[in-house]
Amino acid sequence: MPTHTDFAYDSKIEGDVVVTRVDAALNWFRKNSVWPMPMGLACCAIELMAAGASRFDISRFGSEVMRFSPRQSDCMIVAGTVTYKMAASLKRIYDQMAEPKWVIAMGACASTGGMYRSYAVVQGVDTIVPVDIYICGCPPRPEAVLDALMKLQNKISTEPVLKDLNIFTKADRGTVKS
Amino acid sequence: MSALELANKLKAKFGELIAEPMEFRGEISLKISDSAQIHEVCNFAKRQLGLDYLVDITSVDNYGEDPRFTIIYHLRSVAANIELRLKTDVSEEKSEIASVISIWRTANWHEREIYDMMGVRFSGHPDLRRILMWEGYPYFPLRKDFPLAGKPTDLPNVAFTKPAPLEGGPFVTVAEKADSTAREPRVRNPEE
Repeated sequence: MPTHTDFAYDSKIEGDVVVTRVDAALNWFRKNSVWPMPMGLACCAIELMAAGASRFDISRFGSEVMRFSPRQSDCMIVAGTVTYKMAASLKRIYDQMAEPKWVIAMGACASTGGMYRSYAVVQGVDTIVPVDIYICGCPPRPEAVLDALMKLQNKISTEPVLKDLNIFTKADRGTVKS
Repeated sequence: MSALELANKLKAKFGELIAEPMEFRGEISLKISDSAQIHEVCNFAKRQLGLDYLVDITSVDNYGEDPRFTIIYHLRSVAANIELRLKTDVSEEKSEIASVISIWRTANWHEREIYDMMGVRFSGHPDLRRILMWEGYPYFPLRKDFPLAGKPTDLPNVAFTKPAPLEGGPFVTVAEKADSTAREPRVRNPEE
């Protein structure tokens, strides 16, 4: 009878065990720390600031870390009117964000162009970047932003993370997987 | 000192060049018949009449008429609390008028905006670039013959535009109708 094993588990030190799937765990990590990229372009940005401030407190959903660098953020919140002059910059910022990344179109202007049926305004930011969640309102209340964030969390939690990921098994060691 | 007295001083100096002052709701406007003289008139207005503040320069597109454009200078004397308006016409063939930056430096951005939106150039401007639209945009969008929905353009890596869907619009609100259903924004033809 073996007196010891290679892998020991002492529940007194390490606590209890929770069994889950890898992609469920990864999604759980992701959805509870969605760092927003606040693309504030018009009055919607004021409501976005309110959502981030103490009264509405976006940190209840793990999104209080507003990052003004696209390299550190996960979710671009397009808050406001996107003009054609801004469109190239917006696309460039989106392209610089690391995967996985999501986009929330906040308010009527970002979703459809809103009341600006004009030569100067992009008629919906989904013509230049892929949008995950649209928020209606002009501007939307902070509760609507939080609701969109919760819907985005639901969406993230159902994404198949491992589908396209290459997992090395013991038998694969030393080989190159394409 | 009133705006009318200032206007008469200006008229006494330049004579036939300046038409009779027009008064509307206490505001005086002066029409200058030759736009080539605008720099001299403005220079006199600032140095001799104390109109030291250029509030704004605006432009009007009288589409279908000749001369096509009207350039309007809103002048103000801060010390005397007087406002005076100068108007002058610019034809479409010429599309050029002298810059007044050497008189009021604030004219820089006003003139750039008029160049951007209306396409009237300002000779003597040190930096006559577009101010709102991007360099390379081919149209002047506040002209009357430019459609509200816009025209398609494409400048790779800078910007593109597509016509906006108007769905038969623009939607117009009618203020004086009795109930809110009749007042709300709808597609309305001008004949109605």
